[in-house]
Amino acid sequence: MSTQTPPPVATGAGLAPLVELRGIEVVYDAAILGVADISLTVAPGEIVALLGANGAGKSTTLKATSGLLVADRALVSRGSVLFRGEDITGVAPNLLATRGIVHVLEGRHVFGHLTVEENLRTGTFLRRLGRRETERDLDEIYGYFPRLRTKRKTPAGLTSGGEQQMLAIGRALLTRPELVLLDEPSMGLAPIIVEEIFEIIAGLNRTKGTTFLVAEQNIAVSLRHAHRGYVLDGGKVVLTATAADLRERDDLHEIYLGLASV
Amino acid sequence: MNLFLETLIGGLLAGTMYSLVAIGFVLIYKASGVFNFAQGSMLLFAALTFVTLLEKGLPFAAALAVTIAILILGAILIERTVLRPLANRSPMTLFMATLGLSYVIEGAAQGLMGAQVHALDLGIEDVPIFIGDVLISQFDLVAAATAVTLALVLALLFNNTRIGISLRAVADDTRAALSIGINLNRIWQIVWAVAGIVGLVAGMLWGARQGIQFSLSLVVLKALPVLIIGGFTSIGGAIAGGLIVGAAENLAETYVGPYIGGGITPWFPYFLAIAFLYIRPAGLFGERALERV
Ligand SMILES: Nc1ncnc2c1ncn2[C@@H]1O[C@H](COP(=O)(O)OP(=O)(O)O)[C@@H](O)[C@H]1O
Ligand SMILES: [Mg+2]
Repeated sequence: MSTQTPPPVATGAGLAPLVELRGIEVVYDAAILGVADISLTVAPGEIVALLGANGAGKSTTLKATSGLLVADRALVSRGSVLFRGEDITGVAPNLLATRGIVHVLEGRHVFGHLTVEENLRTGTFLRRLGRRETERDLDEIYGYFPRLRTKRKTPAGLTSGGEQQMLAIGRALLTRPELVLLDEPSMGLAPIIVEEIFEIIAGLNRTKGTTFLVAEQNIAVSLRHAHRGYVLDGGKVVLTATAADLRERDDLHEIYLGLASV
Repeated sequence: MNLFLETLIGGLLAGTMYSLVAIGFVLIYKASGVFNFAQGSMLLFAALTFVTLLEKGLPFAAALAVTIAILILGAILIERTVLRPLANRSPMTLFMATLGLSYVIEGAAQGLMGAQVHALDLGIEDVPIFIGDVLISQFDLVAAATAVTLALVLALLFNNTRIGISLRAVADDTRAALSIGINLNRIWQIVWAVAGIVGLVAGMLWGARQGIQFSLSLVVLKALPVLIIGGFTSIGGAIAGGLIVGAAENLAETYVGPYIGGGITPWFPYFLAIAFLYIRPAGLFGERALERV
């Protein structure tokens, strides 16, 4: 866990934010508070880590950004979400996907009865590609995730956890997103697989400029690849800094477990 | 031996009709996760609309086209007024909604088009023919061929088209489907329209045999054991289930009926279904959760 790579530089720092959350509050079932007050920005080309313990509000924040709150009977009750400067608060998730925001859900939501390749195909549907373009784009994803190619005819539900995570990410990338929201991609995976997945994310970010907002509990790995980070606790942002600065702090665990005052 | 073969084949042919009705249920179950109690009323409504248009003097093809257009509009209406407001509610709530829907559709059908029995002539002669030395109803043959063709076309669509794969994706994981831009509302509209059209075909075939009347909506009761045997999520299962029920009830009626005074067909499929429930709770082809974590 100590292989330090040189601190990455935020390519989009200083640009107008790609996405901006302005003091949002989210309630589930019109009664349960999901997050209380979250403000954050992600610049184009950045990888931003969203850190925090279980229940801190990471997933809720991502769902508010992708519009998927509706599927959990929740809504943004205060504040607003902006994407490229436009207010997208409460816009339907499938519409946001066509506008360039894709959400890889916590817990690897692959279509279990569809084959690996069918799963990937679904990612291309919103672009209504022809046969040739579809094959070309699938090929590109198989290039990033070679293990998926060997499993292309296997029902996704029968592949390993790591393969499912790669599949969920590959399927999301096929929507040609500008912003990818990743919810705990490391959950339940072996360290070596986690590293592989983060390497691919960082590579995509470098080569294609794809922007990532990544919720994680794995501080070490996520800060090694992110440019900046936010630490959430009790539905609020309690700390934000560059990844390099966050890596320097040895009190992160205490902060987000609410054991220290900031 | 001929009696056995005739009974078996007659049963299998009748079974394809059960399959057709069951497919309508499977489609909606996959897309909306609900046992659509209104499927029988939809079938009645579709067949009644078609026969009424025929009686008004429309040619066959025009009546068919207009009926299909009405079914598509109806599906959009149901999606907007029932499914969309109830999205993310419990399956029980949805089921109750389809129960209510069935009364609305039945009421509309009979209010607009009357409650009398309509005869429907599809121009298929119902004279028995010999194949080898086995006697088979020509009508049953045509009906079975229609049902099988429709089922094959649907199965092809669902495995190979964008909409078909999207439907299966929605059935597996609605949230993930939304996250990659699949328009759930449009999928629901399409599936309910297709289920309506499948109902129309089943209603026409069934109605041609026994007249188009209120009791057509009771085919739901025939479909339930078929679904239990074949599983709620598989078109192939619906086909197999229909064939099994059709063959078994016909054989039972012929060979067991005489000993217990006949009248086996209404309850025998349920007996069979319960037996299957003991052996295979997910149905023959039902999809069990595919998960390896
Ligand atoms: N579907 C839901 N229904 C009701 N409350 C929820 C739901 N999802 C999350 N919450 C609540 O919102 C708060 C934040 O949860 P979440 O965003 O999932 O945190 P994290 O992803 O950081 O673990 C928690 O108090 C949790 O109980
Ligand atoms: Mg979470």
